[in-house]
Amino acid sequence: MMTGETKGETVFASSTIEPAVRVETKRQPLPPRERLEQVFDIQDLTAIYGSKPALKDVSMEVYKNLVTAVIGPSGCGKSTFIRCLNRMNDLVPSFRQTGTIRYHGQDIAGRDVDPVAVRRTIGMVFQRPNPFPKSIFDNVAWGLRVLGMKDDLSGRVERALTQAALWDEVKDRLKASGLSLSGGQQQRLCIARAIAVEPDVVLMDEPASALDPIATQAIEQLLHDLKSEYSFVIVTHNMQQAARVADMTAFFSISRGAEGERSGELIEYDSTEKIFTAPSDKRTEDYVTGRFG
Amino acid sequence: MSAADLSLLQRPNDRLRRRRAMNRGMELLALLAAALAVFILGVVVWSVAQRGASALNLDLFTKAQQAFAGPNVKQGLANAFAGTLVIVGLATALALPVGILIAIYVNEFAPPRVKYFVGLTLDVLFGVPAIVIGFFVYGLLVVGHGQSAFAGAFALGVIMLPLVARSTIEVLALVPNSLREAALGVGAPRWRMTLGVVLPQTVGGIVTGTTLAVARIAGETAPLLVTCSLAGNGIAWNPSHALQTIPVAIFEATESPYASDHALAWAGALVLVLFILFASLTARWVATRNRRKLARSR
Repeated sequence: MMTGETKGETVFASSTIEPAVRVETKRQPLPPRERLEQVFDIQDLTAIYGSKPALKDVSMEVYKNLVTAVIGPSGCGKSTFIRCLNRMNDLVPSFRQTGTIRYHGQDIAGRDVDPVAVRRTIGMVFQRPNPFPKSIFDNVAWGLRVLGMKDDLSGRVERALTQAALWDEVKDRLKASGLSLSGGQQQRLCIARAIAVEPDVVLMDEPASALDPIATQAIEQLLHDLKSEYSFVIVTHNMQQAARVADMTAFFSISRGAEGERSGELIEYDSTEKIFTAPSDKRTEDYVTGRFG
Repeated sequence: MSAADLSLLQRPNDRLRRRRAMNRGMELLALLAAALAVFILGVVVWSVAQRGASALNLDLFTKAQQAFAGPNVKQGLANAFAGTLVIVGLATALALPVGILIAIYVNEFAPPRVKYFVGLTLDVLFGVPAIVIGFFVYGLLVVGHGQSAFAGAFALGVIMLPLVARSTIEVLALVPNSLREAALGVGAPRWRMTLGVVLPQTVGGIVTGTTLAVARIAGETAPLLVTCSLAGNGIAWNPSHALQTIPVAIFEATESPYASDHALAWAGALVLVLFILFASLTARWVATRNRRKLARSR
Protein backbone atom coordinates (compact mmCIF):
# COMPACT_ATOMS: atom_id res chain seq x y z
CA MET A 1 0.00 0.00 0.00
CA MET A 2 1.06 3.54 -0.43
CA THR A 3 2.82 5.65 2.10
CA GLY A 4 1.25 9.03 1.35
CA GLU A 5 -1.77 10.75 2.87
CA THR A 6 -4.90 8.69 3.00
CA LYS A 7 -7.45 11.35 3.87
CA GLY A 8 -8.28 11.87 0.19
CA GLU A 9 -11.31 10.23 -1.27
CA THR A 10 -10.90 7.06 -3.23
CA VAL A 11 -11.40 8.27 -6.74
CA PHE A 12 -10.78 5.09 -8.63
CA ALA A 13 -13.28 2.95 -6.77
CA SER A 14 -14.94 1.83 -9.95
CA SER A 15 -11.82 0.04 -11.09
CA THR A 16 -12.39 -2.55 -13.74
CA ILE A 17 -9.01 -4.21 -13.23
CA GLU A 18 -7.06 -5.02 -10.11
CA PRO A 19 -4.04 -2.71 -10.26
CA ALA A 20 -0.96 -3.40 -8.17
CA VAL A 21 -1.28 0.16 -6.98
CA ARG A 22 -4.35 1.68 -5.45
CA VAL A 23 -4.63 5.35 -6.21
CA GLU A 24 -6.08 7.27 -3.33
CA THR A 25 -5.07 10.89 -3.53
CA LYS A 26 -7.22 13.97 -3.57
CA ARG A 27 -7.65 14.73 -7.19
CA GLN A 28 -9.67 17.07 -9.35
CA PRO A 29 -11.19 15.39 -12.36
CA LEU A 30 -9.38 16.52 -15.51
CA PRO A 31 -11.22 18.69 -18.01
CA PRO A 32 -11.50 17.16 -21.47
CA ARG A 33 -8.20 17.09 -23.31
CA GLU A 34 -9.25 19.43 -26.11
CA ARG A 35 -9.84 22.16 -23.52
CA LEU A 36 -6.35 21.85 -22.06
CA GLU A 37 -3.57 24.13 -23.29
CA GLN A 38 -0.74 22.29 -25.05
CA VAL A 39 2.85 22.88 -24.03
CA PHE A 40 4.46 20.23 -26.19
CA ASP A 41 3.08 18.68 -29.32
CA ILE A 42 5.35 15.77 -30.23
CA GLN A 43 4.94 14.08 -33.60
CA ASP A 44 6.69 10.90 -34.78
CA LEU A 45 9.71 11.38 -32.54
CA THR A 46 12.37 8.79 -33.29
CA ALA A 47 15.66 8.85 -31.41
CA ILE A 48 18.78 6.91 -32.31
CA TYR A 49 22.07 6.48 -30.46
CA GLY A 50 24.68 5.52 -33.05
CA SER A 51 22.87 2.76 -34.90
CA LYS A 52 20.78 1.72 -31.90
CA PRO A 53 17.20 3.01 -31.99
CA ALA A 54 16.11 4.14 -28.54
CA LEU A 55 12.66 5.47 -29.35
CA LYS A 56 10.34 4.94 -32.29
CA ASP A 57 7.54 7.15 -33.58
CA VAL A 58 6.38 8.71 -30.34
CA SER A 59 3.47 11.12 -30.74
CA MET A 60 1.86 12.76 -27.74
CA GLU A 61 0.97 16.11 -26.25
CA VAL A 62 1.97 17.55 -22.90
CA TYR A 63 -0.46 19.92 -21.23
CA LYS A 64 0.06 23.10 -19.27
CA ASN A 65 -0.02 23.08 -15.47
CA LEU A 66 -0.30 19.34 -15.25
CA VAL A 67 2.08 16.71 -14.02
CA THR A 68 2.73 14.27 -16.84
CA ALA A 69 4.35 11.01 -15.82
CA VAL A 70 6.32 8.75 -18.12
CA ILE A 71 6.41 5.16 -16.87
CA GLY A 72 7.69 1.91 -18.27
CA PRO A 73 10.27 -0.84 -17.82
CA SER A 74 14.02 -0.19 -17.89
CA GLY A 75 15.37 0.50 -21.36
CA CYS A 76 12.08 1.66 -22.83
CA GLY A 77 13.46 5.11 -23.68
CA LYS A 78 11.81 7.15 -20.91
CA SER A 79 14.94 9.14 -20.15
CA THR A 80 15.81 9.53 -23.82
CA PHE A 81 12.32 10.91 -24.36
CA ILE A 82 12.42 13.68 -21.80
CA ARG A 83 16.00 14.54 -22.67
CA CYS A 84 14.73 15.23 -26.19
CA LEU A 85 12.37 17.84 -24.77
CA ASN A 86 15.16 20.21 -23.74
CA ARG A 87 17.84 19.13 -26.19
CA MET A 88 19.94 17.47 -23.49
CA ASN A 89 20.79 14.65 -25.91
CA ASP A 90 22.78 17.14 -27.98
CA LEU A 91 25.65 16.33 -25.64
CA VAL A 92 25.81 12.76 -26.94
CA PRO A 93 27.88 12.87 -30.16
CA SER A 94 26.25 9.83 -31.82
CA PHE A 95 22.68 10.97 -31.08
CA ARG A 96 20.23 11.58 -33.95
CA GLN A 97 16.54 12.30 -33.87
CA THR A 98 13.75 12.74 -36.39
CA GLY A 99 10.20 13.99 -36.03
CA THR A 100 8.96 17.26 -34.64
CA ILE A 101 8.65 18.61 -31.13
CA ARG A 102 6.51 21.73 -31.05
CA TYR A 103 6.79 23.82 -27.93
CA HIS A 104 3.89 26.30 -27.82
CA GLY A 105 3.67 25.81 -31.56
CA GLN A 106 7.35 26.35 -32.29
CA ASP A 107 9.60 23.52 -33.45
CA ILE A 108 12.49 23.08 -31.04
CA ALA A 109 14.01 19.91 -32.51
CA GLY A 110 15.57 21.56 -35.57
CA ARG A 111 19.30 22.00 -35.94
CA ASP A 112 18.87 25.76 -36.33
CA VAL A 113 17.28 26.12 -32.89
CA ASP A 114 19.67 27.20 -30.13
CA PRO A 115 19.59 24.49 -27.45
CA VAL A 116 20.68 27.03 -24.83
CA ALA A 117 17.57 29.11 -25.49
CA VAL A 118 15.43 25.97 -25.22
CA ARG A 119 16.94 25.01 -21.87
CA ARG A 120 16.33 28.48 -20.47
CA THR A 121 12.58 27.92 -20.48
CA ILE A 122 12.61 24.15 -20.07
CA GLY A 123 14.50 23.29 -16.90
CA MET A 124 15.62 19.90 -15.70
CA VAL A 125 16.10 17.94 -12.50
CA PHE A 126 18.23 14.83 -12.75
CA GLN A 127 18.12 11.33 -11.35
CA ARG A 128 20.97 11.81 -8.91
CA PRO A 129 21.11 15.08 -7.00
CA ASN A 130 23.88 17.09 -8.66
CA PRO A 131 24.36 20.34 -6.78
CA PHE A 132 27.35 22.44 -7.82
CA PRO A 133 30.28 22.26 -5.41
CA LYS A 134 29.39 25.79 -4.38
CA SER A 135 27.49 27.28 -1.46
CA ILE A 136 23.76 26.67 -1.09
CA PHE A 137 23.11 30.29 -2.06
CA ASP A 138 25.38 30.16 -5.11
CA ASN A 139 23.81 26.91 -6.26
CA VAL A 140 20.53 28.76 -6.76
CA ALA A 141 22.06 32.10 -7.69
CA TRP A 142 24.43 30.76 -10.36
CA GLY A 143 21.72 30.22 -12.94
CA LEU A 144 20.19 33.61 -12.13
CA ARG A 145 23.54 35.31 -12.67
CA VAL A 146 24.14 33.43 -15.91
CA LEU A 147 20.75 34.44 -17.26
CA GLY A 148 21.19 38.05 -16.12
CA MET A 149 18.34 37.91 -13.57
CA LYS A 150 20.45 39.79 -11.06
CA ASP A 151 17.85 42.19 -9.70
CA ASP A 152 16.82 41.18 -6.18
CA LEU A 153 19.15 38.19 -6.28
CA SER A 154 18.73 37.22 -2.64
CA GLY A 155 14.95 37.64 -2.87
CA ARG A 156 14.83 35.33 -5.87
CA VAL A 157 17.02 32.77 -4.12
CA GLU A 158 14.82 32.86 -1.05
CA ARG A 159 11.64 32.47 -3.10
CA ALA A 160 13.07 29.51 -5.01
CA LEU A 161 14.26 27.81 -1.84
CA THR A 162 10.88 28.45 -0.20
CA GLN A 163 9.03 27.00 -3.18
CA ALA A 164 11.28 23.97 -3.00
CA ALA A 165 10.39 23.61 0.71
CA LEU A 166 14.02 23.93 1.72
CA TRP A 167 14.25 27.51 2.99
CA ASP A 168 13.51 26.76 6.65
CA GLU A 169 16.17 24.07 6.75
CA VAL A 170 18.96 26.10 5.15
CA LYS A 171 18.22 29.78 5.83
CA ASP A 172 20.84 29.92 8.59
CA ARG A 173 23.60 28.33 6.56
CA LEU A 174 23.30 29.63 3.03
CA LYS A 175 27.08 29.84 2.82
CA ALA A 176 27.57 26.15 3.58
CA SER A 177 28.42 23.90 0.66
CA GLY A 178 25.50 22.45 -1.24
CA LEU A 179 27.26 19.10 -0.88
CA SER A 180 26.91 19.24 2.90
CA LEU A 181 23.15 18.63 2.62
CA SER A 182 21.48 15.23 2.79
CA GLY A 183 20.45 13.50 -0.44
CA GLY A 184 16.83 14.62 -0.19
CA GLN A 185 17.83 18.18 0.63
CA GLN A 186 20.29 18.17 -2.26
CA GLN A 187 17.54 17.14 -4.65
CA ARG A 188 15.27 19.91 -3.36
CA LEU A 189 18.19 22.30 -3.81
CA CYS A 190 18.41 21.12 -7.42
CA ILE A 191 14.68 21.76 -7.79
CA ALA A 192 15.15 25.24 -6.33
CA ARG A 193 17.99 25.82 -8.78
CA ALA A 194 15.77 24.73 -11.66
CA ILE A 195 12.74 26.85 -10.72
CA ALA A 196 14.74 29.93 -9.67
CA VAL A 197 15.26 30.87 -13.31
CA GLU A 198 11.46 30.81 -13.80
CA PRO A 199 11.20 28.13 -16.43
CA ASP A 200 7.94 27.27 -18.12
CA VAL A 201 8.40 23.51 -17.91
CA VAL A 202 10.41 21.42 -15.46
CA LEU A 203 11.56 18.01 -16.65
CA MET A 204 12.38 15.48 -13.95
CA ASP A 205 14.31 12.31 -14.72
CA GLU A 206 13.51 9.89 -11.89
CA PRO A 207 13.99 12.66 -9.32
CA ALA A 208 13.29 10.45 -6.32
CA SER A 209 14.94 7.20 -7.32
CA ALA A 210 18.01 7.89 -5.18
CA LEU A 211 16.00 9.11 -2.17
CA ASP A 212 14.42 7.52 0.88
CA PRO A 213 10.59 7.42 1.24
CA ILE A 214 10.35 10.54 3.39
CA ALA A 215 12.43 12.65 1.02
CA THR A 216 10.42 11.17 -1.85
CA GLN A 217 7.20 12.27 -0.20
CA ALA A 218 8.56 15.80 0.20
CA ILE A 219 9.37 15.97 -3.50
CA GLU A 220 5.95 14.64 -4.49
CA GLN A 221 4.27 17.21 -2.25
CA LEU A 222 6.31 19.85 -4.07
CA LEU A 223 4.93 18.75 -7.42
CA HIS A 224 1.39 19.13 -6.11
CA ASP A 225 2.13 22.59 -4.75
CA LEU A 226 4.01 23.90 -7.76
CA LYS A 227 2.03 22.62 -10.71
CA SER A 228 -0.19 25.68 -10.71
CA GLU A 229 2.91 27.63 -11.78
CA TYR A 230 4.85 25.16 -13.88
CA SER A 231 4.23 22.19 -16.11
CA PHE A 232 6.03 19.04 -15.06
CA VAL A 233 7.12 16.02 -17.01
CA ILE A 234 8.40 13.34 -14.69
CA VAL A 235 10.02 10.04 -15.57
CA THR A 236 9.59 7.38 -12.96
CA HIS A 237 9.95 3.63 -12.76
CA ASN A 238 7.84 3.72 -9.64
CA MET A 239 4.18 3.17 -10.52
CA GLN A 240 2.94 4.25 -7.11
CA GLN A 241 4.69 7.55 -7.64
CA ALA A 242 3.07 8.09 -11.04
CA ALA A 243 -0.31 7.23 -9.56
CA ARG A 244 0.21 9.67 -6.69
CA VAL A 245 1.54 12.70 -8.54
CA ALA A 246 0.56 12.57 -12.19
CA ASP A 247 -2.51 13.91 -13.97
CA MET A 248 -1.55 12.31 -17.26
CA THR A 249 0.51 9.16 -17.66
CA ALA A 250 2.34 7.86 -20.69
CA PHE A 251 3.29 4.20 -20.70
CA PHE A 252 6.36 3.31 -22.74
CA SER A 253 7.52 -0.20 -23.45
CA ILE A 254 10.11 -2.09 -25.46
CA SER A 255 9.12 -3.40 -28.82
CA ARG A 256 11.06 -5.64 -31.15
CA GLY A 257 11.48 -4.70 -34.79
CA ALA A 258 11.60 -7.00 -37.80
CA GLU A 259 15.26 -7.90 -37.21
CA GLY A 260 14.82 -8.30 -33.49
CA GLU A 261 16.23 -4.89 -32.63
CA ARG A 262 14.79 -3.41 -29.46
CA SER A 263 13.47 0.09 -29.26
CA GLY A 264 11.20 2.03 -26.97
CA GLU A 265 7.73 2.99 -28.04
CA LEU A 266 4.75 4.77 -26.58
CA ILE A 267 2.06 2.20 -25.85
CA GLU A 268 -0.62 4.27 -24.26
CA TYR A 269 -1.10 7.84 -23.13
CA ASP A 270 -4.12 8.91 -21.15
CA SER A 271 -5.25 10.33 -17.84
CA THR A 272 -3.55 8.63 -14.91
CA GLU A 273 -6.92 7.38 -13.73
CA LYS A 274 -7.59 5.70 -17.05
CA ILE A 275 -4.09 4.18 -17.31
CA PHE A 276 -4.27 2.63 -13.86
CA THR A 277 -7.90 1.53 -13.84
CA ALA A 278 -9.06 0.92 -17.35
CA PRO A 279 -6.11 0.79 -19.73
CA SER A 280 -7.06 0.09 -23.31
CA ASP A 281 -3.91 -1.82 -24.16
CA LYS A 282 -3.17 -5.29 -22.81
CA ARG A 283 0.52 -4.42 -22.31
CA THR A 284 -0.37 -1.44 -20.14
CA GLU A 285 -2.66 -3.60 -18.09
CA ASP A 286 0.05 -6.23 -17.63
CA TYR A 287 2.47 -3.56 -16.50
CA VAL A 288 0.22 -1.69 -14.06
CA THR A 289 -1.08 -4.91 -12.55
CA GLY A 290 2.47 -6.01 -11.93
CA ARG A 291 2.43 -8.98 -14.30
CA PHE A 292 5.34 -7.55 -16.25
CA GLY A 293 8.11 -5.05 -15.66
CA MET B 1 34.51 -33.70 -7.96
CA SER B 2 33.09 -34.50 -4.59
CA ALA B 3 33.14 -31.72 -2.04
CA ALA B 4 34.05 -34.06 0.79
CA ASP B 5 37.40 -35.06 -0.68
CA LEU B 6 39.62 -32.88 1.50
CA SER B 7 42.64 -35.15 1.32
CA LEU B 8 43.80 -33.16 -1.72
CA LEU B 9 44.18 -30.09 0.47
CA GLN B 10 46.28 -31.86 3.05
CA ARG B 11 48.52 -33.80 0.72
CA PRO B 12 51.11 -31.43 -0.70
CA ASN B 13 52.02 -32.48 -4.19
CA ASP B 14 54.88 -31.49 -6.46
CA ARG B 15 52.84 -29.18 -8.62
CA LEU B 16 51.61 -27.20 -5.65
CA ARG B 17 55.11 -26.94 -4.25
CA ARG B 18 56.46 -25.74 -7.57
CA ARG B 19 53.69 -23.19 -7.81
CA ARG B 20 54.47 -21.83 -4.37
CA ALA B 21 58.16 -21.56 -5.12
CA MET B 22 57.44 -19.75 -8.38
CA ASN B 23 55.10 -17.37 -6.55
CA ARG B 24 57.74 -16.53 -3.94
CA GLY B 25 60.42 -16.11 -6.59
CA MET B 26 58.33 -13.67 -8.63
CA GLU B 27 57.32 -11.71 -5.56
CA LEU B 28 60.97 -11.38 -4.64
CA LEU B 29 61.90 -10.16 -8.14
CA ALA B 30 59.16 -7.53 -8.05
CA LEU B 31 60.30 -6.40 -4.62
CA LEU B 32 63.91 -6.15 -5.81
CA ALA B 33 62.88 -4.07 -8.81
CA ALA B 34 60.97 -1.66 -6.58
CA ALA B 35 63.87 -1.51 -4.13
CA LEU B 36 66.25 -0.78 -7.00
CA ALA B 37 64.29 2.33 -8.00
CA VAL B 38 64.32 3.63 -4.45
CA PHE B 39 68.00 2.72 -4.10
CA ILE B 40 69.01 4.62 -7.25
CA LEU B 41 67.15 7.74 -6.13
CA GLY B 42 68.75 7.37 -2.71
CA VAL B 43 72.27 7.09 -4.19
CA VAL B 44 71.74 10.13 -6.44
CA VAL B 45 70.37 12.30 -3.64
CA TRP B 46 73.01 11.09 -1.20
CA SER B 47 76.00 11.62 -3.49
CA VAL B 48 74.74 15.04 -4.59
CA ALA B 49 74.04 16.04 -0.98
CA GLN B 50 77.42 14.78 0.25
CA ARG B 51 79.39 16.69 -2.35
CA GLY B 52 77.14 19.74 -2.60
CA ALA B 53 76.51 20.40 1.07
CA SER B 54 79.98 21.91 1.64
CA ALA B 55 79.35 24.67 -0.91
CA LEU B 56 75.80 25.23 0.26
CA ASN B 57 76.14 28.57 2.04
CA LEU B 58 74.78 32.08 1.82
CA ASP B 59 77.31 33.04 -0.86
CA LEU B 60 75.73 30.50 -3.18
CA PHE B 61 72.51 32.53 -3.24
CA THR B 62 73.92 36.06 -3.03
CA LYS B 63 77.08 36.06 -5.15
CA ALA B 64 77.24 35.65 -8.90
CA GLN B 65 79.61 33.48 -10.89
CA GLN B 66 82.80 35.19 -12.04
CA ALA B 67 84.29 34.59 -15.44
CA PHE B 68 87.85 33.23 -15.38
CA ALA B 69 87.83 33.27 -11.57
CA GLY B 70 90.62 31.37 -9.94
CA PRO B 71 90.09 28.86 -7.16
CA ASN B 72 90.33 31.48 -4.43
CA VAL B 73 87.56 33.82 -5.59
CA LYS B 74 84.32 33.54 -3.63
CA GLN B 75 81.48 32.96 -6.01
CA GLY B 76 77.94 31.70 -5.98
CA LEU B 77 75.15 30.87 -8.40
CA ALA B 78 72.88 33.84 -7.76
CA ASN B 79 72.97 34.78 -11.47
CA ALA B 80 71.92 31.26 -12.45
CA PHE B 81 69.07 31.23 -9.91
CA ALA B 82 67.84 34.60 -11.21
CA GLY B 83 68.05 33.42 -14.82
CA THR B 84 66.25 30.13 -14.13
CA LEU B 85 63.54 32.04 -12.27
CA VAL B 86 63.00 34.38 -15.23
CA ILE B 87 63.13 31.68 -17.90
CA VAL B 88 60.97 29.14 -16.08
CA GLY B 89 58.52 31.91 -15.18
CA LEU B 90 58.28 33.04 -18.79
CA ALA B 91 57.98 29.46 -20.06
CA THR B 92 55.14 28.82 -17.61
CA ALA B 93 53.42 32.05 -18.61
CA LEU B 94 53.59 30.90 -22.24
CA ALA B 95 52.66 27.24 -21.80
CA LEU B 96 50.05 27.42 -19.03
CA PRO B 97 47.29 29.42 -20.78
CA VAL B 98 47.83 27.69 -24.12
CA GLY B 99 47.92 24.27 -22.45
CA ILE B 100 44.72 24.91 -20.51
CA LEU B 101 42.96 26.21 -23.62
CA ILE B 102 44.05 23.13 -25.57
CA ALA B 103 42.72 20.91 -22.78
CA ILE B 104 39.40 22.77 -22.60
CA TYR B 105 38.97 22.53 -26.34
CA VAL B 106 39.86 18.84 -26.45
CA ASN B 107 37.75 17.80 -23.50
CA GLU B 108 34.73 20.09 -23.74
CA PHE B 109 34.27 21.03 -27.37
CA ALA B 110 36.19 18.85 -29.83
CA PRO B 111 34.44 16.08 -31.77
CA PRO B 112 35.90 12.63 -30.95
CA ARG B 113 38.12 12.47 -34.05
CA VAL B 114 39.73 15.84 -33.43
CA LYS B 115 40.12 14.88 -29.79
CA TYR B 116 42.02 11.75 -30.80
CA PHE B 117 44.19 13.63 -33.27
CA VAL B 118 45.13 16.42 -30.84
CA GLY B 119 45.82 13.84 -28.13
CA LEU B 120 48.16 12.00 -30.47
CA THR B 121 49.89 15.25 -31.42
CA LEU B 122 50.49 16.07 -27.76
CA ASP B 123 51.98 12.60 -27.19
CA VAL B 124 54.32 13.01 -30.15
CA LEU B 125 55.32 16.50 -29.03
CA PHE B 126 56.00 15.08 -25.58
CA GLY B 127 58.30 12.50 -27.14
CA VAL B 128 60.35 14.95 -29.22
CA PRO B 129 63.88 15.09 -27.71
CA ALA B 130 64.61 18.34 -25.92
CA ILE B 131 67.70 19.01 -28.04
CA VAL B 132 65.57 18.85 -31.21
CA ILE B 133 63.19 21.42 -29.74
CA GLY B 134 66.26 23.46 -28.84
CA PHE B 135 67.50 23.51 -32.42
CA PHE B 136 64.01 24.23 -33.73
CA VAL B 137 63.86 27.35 -31.56
CA TYR B 138 67.48 28.12 -32.50
CA GLY B 139 66.48 28.24 -36.14
CA LEU B 140 63.29 30.13 -35.39
CA LEU B 141 64.39 32.77 -32.89
CA VAL B 142 68.16 32.72 -32.38
CA VAL B 143 69.52 32.85 -35.94
CA GLY B 144 69.74 36.50 -36.89
CA HIS B 145 68.64 37.73 -33.46
CA GLY B 146 71.12 36.16 -31.08
CA GLN B 147 70.48 34.22 -27.93
CA SER B 148 68.00 35.47 -25.38
CA ALA B 149 66.08 34.31 -22.33
CA PHE B 150 62.95 34.69 -24.48
CA ALA B 151 64.27 32.07 -26.89
CA GLY B 152 65.19 29.77 -23.98
CA ALA B 153 61.79 30.28 -22.37
CA PHE B 154 60.07 29.58 -25.68
CA ALA B 155 61.95 26.29 -26.03
CA LEU B 156 61.10 25.28 -22.45
CA GLY B 157 57.51 26.38 -23.04
CA VAL B 158 57.25 24.02 -26.01
CA ILE B 159 58.53 21.18 -23.82
CA MET B 160 56.08 22.15 -21.09
CA LEU B 161 53.02 22.49 -23.34
CA PRO B 162 52.14 18.80 -23.77
CA LEU B 163 52.74 18.18 -20.06
CA VAL B 164 50.33 20.92 -18.99
CA ALA B 165 47.75 20.08 -21.67
CA ARG B 166 47.82 16.35 -20.95
CA SER B 167 47.48 16.71 -17.19
CA THR B 168 44.69 19.29 -17.58
CA ILE B 169 42.80 17.00 -19.98
CA GLU B 170 43.04 14.28 -17.37
CA VAL B 171 41.56 16.39 -14.56
CA LEU B 172 38.85 17.78 -16.84
CA ALA B 173 37.85 14.23 -17.68
CA LEU B 174 37.47 13.55 -13.94
CA VAL B 175 34.78 16.23 -13.56
CA PRO B 176 31.49 14.29 -13.49
CA ASN B 177 29.19 14.85 -16.45
CA SER B 178 26.27 15.34 -14.07
CA LEU B 179 27.75 18.74 -13.17
CA ARG B 180 27.92 19.74 -16.83
CA GLU B 181 24.31 18.67 -17.30
CA ALA B 182 23.29 20.61 -14.21
CA ALA B 183 24.85 23.77 -15.59
CA LEU B 184 23.35 23.32 -19.05
CA GLY B 185 20.01 22.43 -17.47
CA VAL B 186 19.56 25.94 -16.06
CA GLY B 187 20.17 27.36 -19.52
CA ALA B 188 23.86 28.18 -19.33
CA PRO B 189 25.83 28.30 -22.57
CA ARG B 190 28.78 25.92 -22.78
CA TRP B 191 31.44 28.55 -22.21
CA ARG B 192 29.72 29.64 -18.98
CA MET B 193 29.46 26.01 -17.92
CA THR B 194 33.17 25.51 -18.59
CA LEU B 195 34.32 28.66 -16.81
CA GLY B 196 31.82 28.67 -13.95
CA VAL B 197 31.41 25.03 -13.05
CA VAL B 198 33.97 22.75 -14.72
CA LEU B 199 37.18 24.76 -14.45
CA PRO B 200 36.90 25.65 -10.73
CA GLN B 201 36.77 21.89 -10.06
CA THR B 202 40.10 21.37 -11.76
CA VAL B 203 42.23 24.14 -10.26
CA GLY B 204 43.99 21.72 -7.92
CA GLY B 205 44.74 19.32 -10.75
CA ILE B 206 46.04 22.09 -12.98
CA VAL B 207 48.33 23.31 -10.17
CA THR B 208 49.63 19.76 -9.75
CA GLY B 209 50.30 19.27 -13.44
CA THR B 210 51.95 22.65 -13.76
CA THR B 211 54.18 22.08 -10.73
CA LEU B 212 55.38 18.77 -12.15
CA ALA B 213 55.97 20.41 -15.52
CA VAL B 214 57.94 23.24 -13.89
CA ALA B 215 60.03 20.68 -12.01
CA ARG B 216 60.71 18.94 -15.31
CA ILE B 217 61.80 22.01 -17.28
CA ALA B 218 63.80 23.60 -14.45
CA GLY B 219 66.46 20.95 -14.97
CA GLU B 220 66.31 20.95 -18.79
CA THR B 221 69.76 21.71 -20.21
CA ALA B 222 69.99 20.78 -23.87
CA PRO B 223 67.64 23.37 -25.39
CA LEU B 224 69.19 26.13 -23.29
CA LEU B 225 72.71 25.35 -24.53
CA VAL B 226 71.75 26.49 -28.01
CA THR B 227 69.24 29.20 -27.17
CA CYS B 228 70.43 30.81 -23.96
CA SER B 229 73.91 29.93 -22.73
CA LEU B 230 76.21 32.85 -23.61
CA ALA B 231 75.33 34.97 -20.60
CA GLY B 232 77.16 38.04 -19.33
CA ASN B 233 78.61 38.38 -15.85
CA GLY B 234 76.63 39.28 -12.79
CA ILE B 235 73.01 38.96 -11.79
CA ALA B 236 70.72 40.01 -14.63
CA TRP B 237 66.97 39.93 -15.13
CA ASN B 238 66.47 41.28 -18.64
CA PRO B 239 64.93 38.49 -20.73
CA SER B 240 65.95 40.02 -24.06
CA HIS B 241 69.53 38.96 -23.28
CA ALA B 242 70.83 35.51 -22.65
CA LEU B 243 70.69 34.69 -18.92
CA GLN B 244 72.65 32.11 -17.00
CA THR B 245 70.60 29.16 -15.72
CA ILE B 246 71.24 26.48 -13.12
CA PRO B 247 71.54 23.48 -15.47
CA VAL B 248 73.81 25.38 -17.88
CA ALA B 249 75.89 26.68 -14.96
CA ILE B 250 76.27 23.14 -13.67
CA PHE B 251 77.28 21.92 -17.11
CA GLU B 252 79.88 24.69 -17.50
CA ALA B 253 81.25 24.37 -13.99
CA THR B 254 81.86 20.64 -14.43
CA GLU B 255 84.14 21.44 -17.37
CA SER B 256 86.26 23.81 -15.29
CA PRO B 257 89.70 22.69 -14.06
CA TYR B 258 89.15 24.11 -10.56
CA ALA B 259 87.83 22.08 -7.65
CA SER B 260 85.95 25.13 -6.34
CA ASP B 261 83.91 25.20 -9.57
CA HIS B 262 83.13 21.52 -9.16
CA ALA B 263 81.86 22.18 -5.63
CA LEU B 264 79.71 24.95 -7.04
CA ALA B 265 78.26 22.54 -9.61
CA TRP B 266 77.47 20.02 -6.90
CA ALA B 267 75.79 22.70 -4.80
CA GLY B 268 73.74 23.84 -7.78
CA ALA B 269 72.76 20.24 -8.47
CA LEU B 270 71.72 19.79 -4.85
CA VAL B 271 69.50 22.88 -4.93
CA LEU B 272 67.94 21.68 -8.20
CA VAL B 273 67.29 18.17 -6.84
CA LEU B 274 65.82 19.56 -3.63
CA PHE B 275 63.60 21.93 -5.61
CA ILE B 276 62.32 19.11 -7.82
CA LEU B 277 61.76 16.88 -4.80
CA PHE B 278 59.88 19.63 -3.00
CA ALA B 279 57.80 20.51 -6.08
CA SER B 280 56.85 16.87 -6.69
CA LEU B 281 55.83 16.36 -3.08
CA THR B 282 53.73 19.53 -3.10
CA ALA B 283 52.12 18.45 -6.36
CA ARG B 284 51.31 15.04 -4.92
CA TRP B 285 49.79 16.61 -1.85
CA VAL B 286 47.61 18.99 -3.86
CA ALA B 287 46.58 16.15 -6.17
CA THR B 288 45.47 13.91 -3.30
CA ARG B 289 43.48 16.72 -1.74
CA ASN B 290 41.89 17.55 -5.06
CA ARG B 291 40.95 13.96 -5.81
CA ARG B 292 39.23 13.72 -2.46
CA LYS B 293 37.28 16.89 -3.20
CA LEU B 294 36.20 15.57 -6.59
CA ALA B 295 35.18 12.25 -5.11
CA ARG B 296 32.85 14.07 -2.73
CA SER B 297 31.11 15.96 -5.50
CA ARG B 298 30.47 12.91 -7.65
